[in-house]
Amino acid sequence: MDAITVVNLVKHYPHTLAVDDISFTLPQGGVLGLLGGNGAGKTTTISMLLGLLVPSSGQITVLGHDIARDRFKALERMNFSSPYIALPARLSVEENLRVYGHLYNVPALKHRIAELAAQFHLGALLSRPAGELSAGQKTRVALAKSLINKPDLLLLDEPTASLDPDTGDYVRSMLEAYREETNAAILLASHNMAEVERLCDTVLMLKAGKIVDQGTPGALIARYGREDLEQVFLDIARREEA
Amino acid sequence: MKTSLRRIWAMIYRHLAVYRRSWPRVAEIAYWPTLNLLIWGFTASYIGHLHASPGAQTASALIAGVLLWEITLRGQLGVTLGFLEEIWSRNLGHIFVSPLRPAELLAALLSVSLLRTLAGLFPATIIAYLLYHYNILLLGPVLLLFFVNLLFMGWWIALGIVSLLFRYGAGAEALAWTIAFGITPVACVYYPASALPGWLQPVAMALPAAHVFAGMRAGLFQHAADWPDLAQASALNLGWMLLAILIFGAEFRRARVRGALISIGE
Repeated sequence: MDAITVVNLVKHYPHTLAVDDISFTLPQGGVLGLLGGNGAGKTTTISMLLGLLVPSSGQITVLGHDIARDRFKALERMNFSSPYIALPARLSVEENLRVYGHLYNVPALKHRIAELAAQFHLGALLSRPAGELSAGQKTRVALAKSLINKPDLLLLDEPTASLDPDTGDYVRSMLEAYREETNAAILLASHNMAEVERLCDTVLMLKAGKIVDQGTPGALIARYGREDLEQVFLDIARREEA
Repeated sequence: MKTSLRRIWAMIYRHLAVYRRSWPRVAEIAYWPTLNLLIWGFTASYIGHLHASPGAQTASALIAGVLLWEITLRGQLGVTLGFLEEIWSRNLGHIFVSPLRPAELLAALLSVSLLRTLAGLFPATIIAYLLYHYNILLLGPVLLLFFVNLLFMGWWIALGIVSLLFRYGAGAEALAWTIAFGITPVACVYYPASALPGWLQPVAMALPAAHVFAGMRAGLFQHAADWPDLAQASALNLGWMLLAILIFGAEFRRARVRGALISIGE
């Protein structure tokens, strides 16, 4: 079964067409990258997948559930992380994880928090208020929160933003291991092209709300005759401006 | 749709954890009820000394009015501040993509509001007894009906404010602090509705508070429960609560269409 099926998805605001008739699928166990410049429609698409935003038209099915009618059943089995959304600053890291563990009805929560603390090196941070952490530490906590319910589908917006190269690499390895272990599907929006090349099976290139190209990172690089995905991204971004 | 007590507890725990770590927030809960009681309590004592018997009754009505009206004010603030807390901490994006249903979020906010109201009123009630020899519990079991009705009124006002926050974003934050206070003149806390100009009396009578306070005065002055007024207060509360829930539901859906859940804090 596909983790995500999107058919003819459209979102228009009074003065903007944010997403313009896009369709795609993400198989269970796959990793899909959404690439595009600012305003390309990545955040809008993710928001619609999460049920935060109602599409103007089109259909979204997540983990077998129609998001328009049954989003809570899907939300129980998915999770999300973004450095642009914070966790309550006055709560300690452990309290934050406990709140989300309860929200996602996680069994043996204490044990799960200990597991995540070990995986993300959060042991020394558990008792510290989330607001006192560095940007990189906050990103690690947000990622731990996103895995608290062992989701079948993980939506990640810039998952390694603010992380130093060593920690960023560690997190990417963790995500690869998590996918191997659980066969979870991952949808990733990132501006880090090396990260997308490493993690993603398929990449959707978005521009002005449309999918302008798609394929495996290798196939896209070959099609554009470039050396890496960053050059492909620049080619597409500058295509009409040239 | 299956309601989960565990999810409701998650959100109650989230707010209790904030209070555990912030003594200024705990102090704020009791500060305003206590301050109001001190101001009005000394005023009531002064009136009581000036006019012997009717003055003593007026003094009792003033102190009871202050304590009971705080139920509505604290009840409303408890809900709206709880919601604003999520906006201030930029946490709504995480909450609304979790399996938490809006009704569960509301249940948690109402529970926190109840706890805040009780915690805020407890010191004021003790001070009223110690300083002014006024024991509000002498109103008898009917006090419970006053409490429930006034708390409900605070809650539906709060739902209206949260709906405005969905529509206008954090820019409408000031309403959380002002709307219930603005209603005070027509809530008839310290005087009967007949003391208002004729054109304003229907407004007062449409609010449960005017009926509750009429019942309170009947209890204090005639030592009898004013059941018709209490029944009207309860019926009005149900009507207003239903309307507030419908507006909340409509504004929540509208916010999901406009994308306001993503940008509500901006």
